Amino acid sequence: MNIVACVKQVPDTEAQIKVKPDGSGIEEGGIKWVMNPYDEFGVEEALRLKEKNGGEVTIVNVGPARAMETIRTALAMGADKGIHICDPAFDGADAFATASALAAAIKGIPHDIIFCGQRAIDDDSGQVGAILAELLGIPQITVVTKFEFAGSSVKVIRPIEGAQLLIECPLPCLVTAQKGLNEPRYASLPGIMKAKKKPVDVKDAASLGVTVTANARVAKFIPPPARAAGKIICGDDPATKARELARLLREEAKVI
Amino acid sequence: MAKGVWIVAEQRDGAFRKISFELASTARKLADVLGEEVCAVLCGSGIEGIAGQLGKYGVDRVFVADSPALEPYTTDAHAAAVAKVVKENDPAILLLGASTQGKDLSARLVGKLVTGLATDCTDVKIADGKLLAIRPMYAGKCFGEVVFSTFPQMASLRPNVFPAVENAKAGAVVKFDPALDAGQLKTKVLEVQKDTSGKADLTEANMIVSGGRGMKGPEGYAILEELAAVLGATVGASRAAVDAGWRPQSDQVGQTGKIVSPNLYIACGVSGAIQHLAGMSSSKIIVAINKDAEAPIFTKADYGIVDDLFKIIPEFTQECKKLLA
Ligand SMILES: Cc1cc2nc3c(=O)[nH]c(=O)nc-3n(C[C@@H](O)[C@H](O)[C@H](O)COP(=O)(O)OP(=O)(O)OC[C@H]3O[C@@H](n4cnc5c(N)ncnc54)[C@H](O)[C@@H]3O)c2cc1C
Ligand SMILES: Cc1cc2nc3c(=O)[nH]c(=O)nc-3n(C[C@H](O)[C@H](O)[C@H](O)COP(=O)(O)OP(=O)(O)OC[C@H]3O[C@@H](n4cnc5c(N)ncnc54)[C@H](O)[C@@H]3O)c2cc1C
Repeated sequence: MNIVACVKQVPDTEAQIKVKPDGSGIEEGGIKWVMNPYDEFGVEEALRLKEKNGGEVTIVNVGPARAMETIRTALAMGADKGIHICDPAFDGADAFATASALAAAIKGIPHDIIFCGQRAIDDDSGQVGAILAELLGIPQITVVTKFEFAGSSVKVIRPIEGAQLLIECPLPCLVTAQKGLNEPRYASLPGIMKAKKKPVDVKDAASLGVTVTANARVAKFIPPPARAAGKIICGDDPATKARELARLLREEAKVI
Repeated sequence: MAKGVWIVAEQRDGAFRKISFELASTARKLADVLGEEVCAVLCGSGIEGIAGQLGKYGVDRVFVADSPALEPYTTDAHAAAVAKVVKENDPAILLLGASTQGKDLSARLVGKLVTGLATDCTDVKIADGKLLAIRPMYAGKCFGEVVFSTFPQMASLRPNVFPAVENAKAGAVVKFDPALDAGQLKTKVLEVQKDTSGKADLTEANMIVSGGRGMKGPEGYAILEELAAVLGATVGASRAAVDAGWRPQSDQVGQTGKIVSPNLYIACGVSGAIQHLAGMSSSKIIVAINKDAEAPIFTKADYGIVDDLFKIIPEFTQECKKLLA
């Protein structure tokens, strides 16, 4: 079976995000870069699928040179090879452009199942998987918490508001991973050693024949609105404090 | 020339989801600035009868595709139907809900319509005749102002943020044939396992009572459940509580859980780690109850109580009961 996992490199969740004074982006200095946490679930599921059914896992990334480290992490977890789409032209590319680049690379290789994360925790747009599926002409199932391979189709659980759906879909298809899908493994030391020798094919926009678009563009980054300083409610005993809180929520904030 | 503000309305089992009215009202506001029409797309089976309700919230025309293949929702069928009617009518703006369904559908439509989408927006406006969409990025650690160079300019709106305002318009029904090709409908919903609690999902809840490691164990949540029942709130949790197995994954609030924006968020025994704050900072009113006065959650709280939550919550529940009686 030919399995593809798309991984993005993102700032660690601990990162404090500071907007550049001119609003053109965020300050990247001091940021620790990691594999998007949702992509870890995708890579893990890909590896489990391979371990059970045989086949090969290919990691695909669009990103600057530093993103190679994230590809190597996935290879160290057990993936077989990588494709790194690395081109300064992709700075400021939008989700459509990113998906187009991924599609161009993936079209050139056999693919039965593609895993993406349900969203990247930096841009949070949660679009790339679905656009990629459309560009490849295959069905998608997004935000999946349980995955089962059943011969020529997959059966997955997708939680929605107030329900869970059991969905069936034939191969080839694209699945986006949600937390709960599995517990991703850590790369072992031998895994890390082996990963150094695994092949990673580096490509640019021209060699893939994609033009970089920005149909939707972040014109300005702005810091979040500051919250006014809150009130600490004092009182002699819990009952007094609780009563005062209830009063404030009702009379001042008017939310209960 | 692309014209008109369109929404994709969302219904389940023949009833509109609240987000549909939020979309309609927001579209009306934008369309009034542009002096254009508001149209809705409604897909499902046996739903023609409800279409007119959208008129109440400012929709001029409702394009309805009524087919058994459109119920329940699948990406294949709905994306094909919506893409068809949108291509035929060339709207300038297309709004969807940032609900589970809207997120799934909007992204697929970007691929079909070859355009741009701003996801999970908390504000949208018209600037220089075009859409300007404001959306949290990095789970709310910063915001982006998104502009578009293609049509339709697409945005998905975060549930519970945009008010639904009555503003009666015609809501005229226009039926269209989704022209679905059975060969293209690949995904099948085999089973819908409904959550029978009757509680609003965290992403749609008006009020959330959230508990962290300070709840001490799964039993601790009983007092939160009780408070939630009095307020009509939904119970949430920090990742520490979820990872400890005290609460289900679906309860997790934060950067790697649900991003929520209720009117009232009460954090109990939650320290306020950066990943948790990222998921709930856009709540309108935040209350923190924590025995540690230095806990970072207090930096985001409108009201804070520094005390033992096991003493405060039962008292607070009684107070709320009295007030709401
Ligand atoms: C400085 C800066 C400027 C930007 N400017 C713009 C802009 O002008 N307009 C705009 O729309 N966006 C802009 N972006 C964001 C854009 O480049 C996003 O990477 C792109 O839109 C993908 O969206 P996402 O990261 O939210 O991915 P999502 O759609 O949230 O990602 C979902 C999944 O898709 C896969 N995936 C996503 N990205 C990649 C990738 N690069 N490689 C491999 N797999 C991937 C992963 O599996 C991921 O889990 C900017 C980003 C930065 C940092
Ligand atoms: C990649 C990654 C992603 C993450 N994503 C998320 C996420 O999405 N959501 C999330 O929540 N976390 C997330 N985390 C975890 C986060 O870093 C914190 O570990 C977690 O939020 C802490 O949970 P907590 O506040 O419940 O526990 P703690 O930090 O242990 O805080 C417990 C609090 O309870 C208080 N307390 C204890 N007893 C009482 C009492 N009797 N009365 C009153 N107060 C009391 C304590 O003073 C303390 O402040 C993530 C971490 C990583 C690394």
